[in-house]
Amino acid sequence: MSELIYEKSRPGRITVTLDELDVNRVDFSEDLLRQVPLRLPQIAEIDLVRHYIELSRNAFGVDNGFYPLGSCTMKYNPRLNEECAALEGFTQIHPLQPISTVQGALRAMELLSESLCEITGMNAFTLQPSAGAHGEFTGMLMIHAYHAHRNDLKRTKVIVPDSAHGTNPASASMAGYQVISVASNPEGGVDLDALKELLNDEVAALMLTNPNTLGLFDPNIEEISRLVHAAGGLVYYDGANLNAIMGIARPGDMGFDVVHLNLHKTFSTPHGGGGPGSGPVGCKSSLIPYLPQGSLIKHNGELSFVTNTPESIGRMRSFYGNFLTNIRALTYILSLGSDGLKDTSLQAVLNANYMMAGLADLYPVSYPGPCMHEFVISLQKLKDETGVSAKDISKALLDFGIHPPTMYFPSIVHEALMIEPTETESKETLDHAINVFRELYALAYRNPEEILNAPMTTPIRRVDDVLAARHPILKYNFE
Amino acid sequence: MASYTVNTLAQQQEMLEKIGAESLDSLFTAVPDSLKLQRPLNLPLGKSEFAVAKKMKELASLNEVFSVILRGAGSEKHYIPSVVRQLSGREEFVTAYTPYQSELSQGILQTIFEFQTGICELTGMDASNASVYDGASAVAEAVNMTIDRKRTVVLLPDNLHPHTLTTVKTYTHWSNIEIKTVKTINGRIDIASLNEILNETSACLVIQNPNFFGLIENVSELSAVVHAAGAKVIVSSNPMTLGILKSPRDAGADIAVGEAQPLGMSMAFGGPYLGYMATVSELVRRLPGRIVGQSLDLDGKRAFTLTLQAREQHIRREKASSSICSNQAHCALIAGMYLAAMGPGGLREVAVQSSSKAHYLAEQLTSIGFKLRYEGPFFHEFVTDGPLTSVTVESALHKRGILSGLPLGENGMLWCCTETISKHDIDRTILILKEVLA
Repeated sequence: MSELIYEKSRPGRITVTLDELDVNRVDFSEDLLRQVPLRLPQIAEIDLVRHYIELSRNAFGVDNGFYPLGSCTMKYNPRLNEECAALEGFTQIHPLQPISTVQGALRAMELLSESLCEITGMNAFTLQPSAGAHGEFTGMLMIHAYHAHRNDLKRTKVIVPDSAHGTNPASASMAGYQVISVASNPEGGVDLDALKELLNDEVAALMLTNPNTLGLFDPNIEEISRLVHAAGGLVYYDGANLNAIMGIARPGDMGFDVVHLNLHKTFSTPHGGGGPGSGPVGCKSSLIPYLPQGSLIKHNGELSFVTNTPESIGRMRSFYGNFLTNIRALTYILSLGSDGLKDTSLQAVLNANYMMAGLADLYPVSYPGPCMHEFVISLQKLKDETGVSAKDISKALLDFGIHPPTMYFPSIVHEALMIEPTETESKETLDHAINVFRELYALAYRNPEEILNAPMTTPIRRVDDVLAARHPILKYNFE
Repeated sequence: MASYTVNTLAQQQEMLEKIGAESLDSLFTAVPDSLKLQRPLNLPLGKSEFAVAKKMKELASLNEVFSVILRGAGSEKHYIPSVVRQLSGREEFVTAYTPYQSELSQGILQTIFEFQTGICELTGMDASNASVYDGASAVAEAVNMTIDRKRTVVLLPDNLHPHTLTTVKTYTHWSNIEIKTVKTINGRIDIASLNEILNETSACLVIQNPNFFGLIENVSELSAVVHAAGAKVIVSSNPMTLGILKSPRDAGADIAVGEAQPLGMSMAFGGPYLGYMATVSELVRRLPGRIVGQSLDLDGKRAFTLTLQAREQHIRREKASSSICSNQAHCALIAGMYLAAMGPGGLREVAVQSSSKAHYLAEQLTSIGFKLRYEGPFFHEFVTDGPLTSVTVESALHKRGILSGLPLGENGMLWCCTETISKHDIDRTILILKEVLA
């Protein structure tokens, strides 16, 4: 592997110089000052450049190839978004400038919020949450505040399906709730009888992803919302899978009270190797008072932040969220418009179904019928018969320049691979991927060893994760 | 009009045939008719790239870009080396997902490992995570790390950034955590009143250093008192100041956190920014979020991978201490690059220049009648009172393209200098204020 930048350091080398200090140098008393040398890299600019170019070659983004990572919606990130987010008028403004000097920024935030309201059927949005899980936490805090404000204090439980992302139960728990799990029915949706049994006056909310993590739209959604509402609870929408239904159906019309979206999924903002994302939260009118501080208000044509919000949950972070990420998402929405957003969902669903049709005879899909934007295959039979697991197939895909699907999720499917091609991939790309999957299937029976040894063409081979966890080395050892 | 979908109508037809579906609409049979939107979304139709670019430029042009910025309070304008701006934009970094697949993601994993190393160097800590959303949420997450069955009281002084205070309160509202306010005297934590409220239920004290008013706290002394009561010390620092200030670890911190925006990120109206979190070995398994570790591959080659995942939400679900999944990885990459570009000398120089210029500005302001509100040592931010109202100061400087300090009440102002401010900028500021005073 590449040397660390710290290993390339040589005393005396520098990249950046500053102007000479043009005022007196301040002296702090000795006891306030650093006592040990600061061992940051000392490196020449050319070596710095080569270092990062080398690292970038050992990274793999959507721009490098097919990325059917289920539930992550790794679609193409338009260049125009990047160009707009780099405009000086957005990057060089201080978050606490006088409000009259940032009207363009506020207008952009207003436009994005309004667009998201229309797309989801909600009445208001906050752009403050920085990622999906942050949005979930925000939404659950709002739900808690809503019940508390009505003095409905018995509600201590939140229902989460067994197929949900781990962030759902974790966020509900951070918001002070006890999490109870509801089973899925044989069709992959929420089991209505199981739900009815769990519902009572102690339930604050049901958290749901729809289409769910199996890539299925729950046809009982109206009944589910009705049941939860009848029991006095609220329904929370995890927007991870909104990419399937834009312009086709809206969470607000399905009965959801609070939603979060993942702008880094559905709205094409780049994922940056793990973030920054953006996780705006929308709600129905009855929950508006509980939104985080920083809602916008227009007065005499000038936008400003609402200052008096006594029932607000408070703040999820400093300032107004990942502003530049939100600018990218707005650019995307303006580019596609009502027609383009709907087409996006239609094509995402078409691509997923096409790929599923190309694989289903070899890789069983646990739940029949058309899927939405993604589908889950089970490799249990393949593993039983050949010893080749979902992980092994994933590692073999690396040798074909394909990023593997999401592995071992949802946990209700054994040896699961969750495949989400997205709408920005061509039939040619899908055909190629289908062929690779099929060849690997044949290879698993013919010569499983070859797959068990994969990958062979990547810069490193499989990593010893147990060693990493057992003997943590979390930083460079200078000694 | 813009479109990022790719398949031609003929291809779509071919695909539908393969699926065995009649039409695109027929793929949506699971969606009940009653839920199908019977109208187009009430949004404008798609626009050309040219039209969208024009619209976004118009919005950007409605914002005023100040050439001289004397405002900080959690967001500051530092010089960002062009090498950082250019390299961080590499598509492989920008368009990658979280590095779940180590074999394909060594580059991303290594940038995070290097970031973690840099944060540990600055803070003196043993381990850092791969980032959280921002500095305020980093404090909130750190507070959660210190709670156990017996120790549930969190001590917060009122000289933390107001957004940090509110974020901690919001994060912990429904937990069993009790928040107690620590008194401050002359802008700094009052050690006597701290001593009074510390007891066997205290979980931690949060110290922002330099604090919201720019003052340098006596972290070593405070830490000694807190540790004597068996509680933990969380220090939230602007990492730029750690170029010269004593590291949080050396001053007694158990957990070091902060807002790392000054390390190469533009002000960008508040985000994306970068929360960092680092701690001592004993607390590593309580750190939230992703952590990159070093290991070996099958051939015995050094390799990096996401590690200690048993702490995280995808394994522990409701038992995880935090739900964080996506973080601010690309910002961490930028910070790692910034630290490498600046090197120890460069970062030290940024710290020295920022604080020296702030001291020069303070001197000049006091020479024309402004008073320093607090006596203690300050770093690169400080508070003045009078002789002009803060509104007067702000608008007088605004007219000349200068963003003043942040108004704090009627006469107060929180000023900030960075290395981007020249003596000439400061002299010009003073001249303008003198004119107003005259």
